[in-house]
Amino acid sequence: MVTVTMTVNGRQVSKEVEDRRLLVDFLREDLELTGTHVGCDTSQCGACVVHLDGKAIKSCTILAAQADGTSITTIEGLANGAELHPLQAAFKEHHGLQCGYCTPGMIMSGVDIIRRHEGQLDEDTVRHELEGNICRCTGYHNIVKAILAAAQEMHGEVRQAAE
Amino acid sequence: MAQDGIGARVARKEDKRFITGKGRYVDDMRVAGMKHVAFVRSPYAHAKVGGIDTEQARNMPGVLAVLTGSELVADGIGNLICGWMVHSKDGTPMNMGAWPALAPDVVRFVGQAVAMVIAETRGEARDAADVVAVEWEELPTITDPAKALTDGAPQLHPEAKGNLIYDWEIGDKAAADKALSEAAHVTRMEIVNNRLVPNAMEPRAALAQYDAADDHFTLWTTSQNPHVARLVLSAFYNVAPEHKLRVIAPDVGGGFGSKIFIYPEEVACLWAARKTGLAVKWTGDRSEAFLTDAHGRDHVTVAEMAFDANNRITAFKVDTIANFGAYMSLFSSSVPTYLYATLLSGQYDIPTIHCNVRGVYTNTAPVDAYRGAGRPEATYVVERMMETAARELGVAPPELRRTNFIREFPHQTPVIMNYDAGDYEASLSAALSASDYAGFGERKAEAARRGKLRGIGLSCYIEACGIAPSQAVGSLGAGVGLWESAEVRVNPVGTIEVLTGSHSHGQGHETTFAQLVAERLGVPIDNVSIVHGDTDKVQFGMGTYGSRSGAVGMSAISKAIDKVEAKAKKLAAHLLEAAEGDIEIADGEVRVAGTDKKLGWHEVCLAAYTAHNLPEGMEPGLKEGSFYDPANFTFPAGAYVCEVEVDPDTGHTEIIQFVAADDFGRVINPMIVEGQVHGGIAQGVGQAILEGCVYDPESGQLITASYNDYAMPRAHDLPSFKVSTTETICPSNPIGMKGCGEAGAIGTPPAVINAITDAIDNNDLAMPATPEKVWRALRAGATPMRQAAE
Repeated sequence: MVTVTMTVNGRQVSKEVEDRRLLVDFLREDLELTGTHVGCDTSQCGACVVHLDGKAIKSCTILAAQADGTSITTIEGLANGAELHPLQAAFKEHHGLQCGYCTPGMIMSGVDIIRRHEGQLDEDTVRHELEGNICRCTGYHNIVKAILAAAQEMHGEVRQAAE
Repeated sequence: MAQDGIGARVARKEDKRFITGKGRYVDDMRVAGMKHVAFVRSPYAHAKVGGIDTEQARNMPGVLAVLTGSELVADGIGNLICGWMVHSKDGTPMNMGAWPALAPDVVRFVGQAVAMVIAETRGEARDAADVVAVEWEELPTITDPAKALTDGAPQLHPEAKGNLIYDWEIGDKAAADKALSEAAHVTRMEIVNNRLVPNAMEPRAALAQYDAADDHFTLWTTSQNPHVARLVLSAFYNVAPEHKLRVIAPDVGGGFGSKIFIYPEEVACLWAARKTGLAVKWTGDRSEAFLTDAHGRDHVTVAEMAFDANNRITAFKVDTIANFGAYMSLFSSSVPTYLYATLLSGQYDIPTIHCNVRGVYTNTAPVDAYRGAGRPEATYVVERMMETAARELGVAPPELRRTNFIREFPHQTPVIMNYDAGDYEASLSAALSASDYAGFGERKAEAARRGKLRGIGLSCYIEACGIAPSQAVGSLGAGVGLWESAEVRVNPVGTIEVLTGSHSHGQGHETTFAQLVAERLGVPIDNVSIVHGDTDKVQFGMGTYGSRSGAVGMSAISKAIDKVEAKAKKLAAHLLEAAEGDIEIADGEVRVAGTDKKLGWHEVCLAAYTAHNLPEGMEPGLKEGSFYDPANFTFPAGAYVCEVEVDPDTGHTEIIQFVAADDFGRVINPMIVEGQVHGGIAQGVGQAILEGCVYDPESGQLITASYNDYAMPRAHDLPSFKVSTTETICPSNPIGMKGCGEAGAIGTPPAVINAITDAIDNNDLAMPATPEKVWRALRAGATPMRQAAE
């Protein structure tokens, strides 16, 4: 057993867990943050993507103990109170989800893609960089649209703020 | 019309919980005292099960119980059933082997469960499952269905001699043979429809709870039809009485057919909950899903199509071997028969059709309905044949189709179906125009200058949806009627709850169903809530599959609304002292037509419940139900065009353009319909170029048992799609809907393969058209088909 301490969605948590506890199981089982999903056992599907110190990672690929001392953001922590994150809003607006199971991972990956490219995105780049996330419902068509739309909106906001 | 009524692109009401991580899937559920289950699964494709030593497992940390198949059988738990009886052409019933939820004596596919461990945590359960010691005695295996039919092949079930489940036929063989012998031209092909794993992103899960004080069971499960689950679990498997079993299918992360069926794990968990008195949860991982979810497709077919001198089809003869895997799953028998052979007329006026199907057992996972269920298999045969025939006859593929289109409706095919409405020319024209089919030659030449091989392929599909008229499916062997139920409960303040027996697992029912109510009663959709997926709330239902939720489920809601309207009008007429026939309901008001006399919708609703002033004999309240049984199947149809570029150096196929023009009848929410088509196309592209289930022919091991080995379509495998709809109203249901859920998966595979074979000028190519297969086909030289034509 090992004690892990981290900040999750802005709140500090400390728990004793089995050495083998994966971060995704820590989030789902110990913290009851069930928005992060498990869709495979080979780190291929991306349903479990969260942000660790601001970067997208697959939470099934690291142990909870490895995340000790870090800051984690899950889908539950993305919205600003009642105000949806622009990418959450874009997923709804552009019908970027159907069954909703891959959606949290898609959104967390999408936010990371937009951040890394500072909004300068095209369809090809989005499709290429979504290779770590599988969706079986949407054919990706509307997910790509949603990410491009949010990138435009967020980039615009960033520019306004800078002026 | 209500602003958010029929035809509006309303954003989905259900999205907020999914995009904020508040969805509630079965694995998210926890109940007090809940324990965890892991199954002990066979590492062999075919083996006798000897002794099972559970002692070491029982002594592992956290372990509470280890249960085996012999205990399950001793407790009288029934075998899993197939709910659709098919008779062979000699009149004998199908030969079905026994399928216990935990195998006590023989396993017949890799991954079949023989025991279960219950422990405090999931990890502890899995650790203990690993040390359950089973004495296996390996038996010879067979995975190829054609070889399974040969003398000397390993035998799976004593009930099915020669591994033959049934030898079934439909149509007129003698007439087809005669037409073939007299034909001006015959196109003949051998066509394989590759086995697929449905791969809903949420793995299957079951949480079972038994309350001894009330003698009551609750099962949360990843199901597309919770009521049928309850019926089967109680009536056939004896795990719980129907009136004491509540089945809840909460948010379900995709189904695509694979979650229609009742699986061994659900049976075993319910049984274990009562036997141990513990609430138990099992959540499958992806490897278990690959091994044990019902797979789809897996046909081997020889087809012959006869043409006269005017290129009109005179007969179509099809011989199919269908691989059922090791056991017969709930719907499996119907898929390659009534859902397949009855669609072999396609969009074409074919005077004579004969189809023979042999269903075969092999040491592979059970095969059942997967998105389209028989219709994709039929369309693949028909549309590969049409494209090939066009090439052989030297006719443009659209022209050969046009020559043979059905143009008058209703149209009775030689294989049962009566097409009620359609305009196949409209879809084809729309698709050809959107894809600039006419300009293809120029694009091909341009691609050639870049060293790429460009090809274009067409597919004109039809499907039979909205399953189904109960009398019709009953005559075909179905064990249930396929109506749908609905209840419309209007509250005293005028808000409305709609209870439906269909189930949403991504299709957006909470929005589209509310749009229908909004349209009919003139209330905002936010005043409507849709209740589904819980047998304690909804009286009965048949679930969601076969694109039946709109055509059948919404029709049931429409019928219930008819009754609500009639009662509200009668009450309003009484209150307003007007004639009942003059009352109209619109825009949230109940008015006397042509006057300024009116009441708010909410005032009429309140009057129904205060009941101070009701017409003579009227019961208080405003709540009505309906059981709607459709008059016919619905027949969505469309035309798809795929354009590809093949890299001759690598064999890699890039889909440059994909156009779909569908006729779904009336569309409630175009945004949601387009989304359904997108998803279907992606699955169709997956089948055509990426996905394929591979079993080792010697050992029966599943080679493609993870996402490392089974290629799922990813974002960069696909283009953005061009989709559109044309509309012929379905005359056989009150809404005019046909259904849209399966179209993409049906129409896409032949369009893609027709495009690749066009690009590489070799027709001898099987799905999935991986770069290696395409590369080899390119090097195999000219196609026999073209040589024959020259």
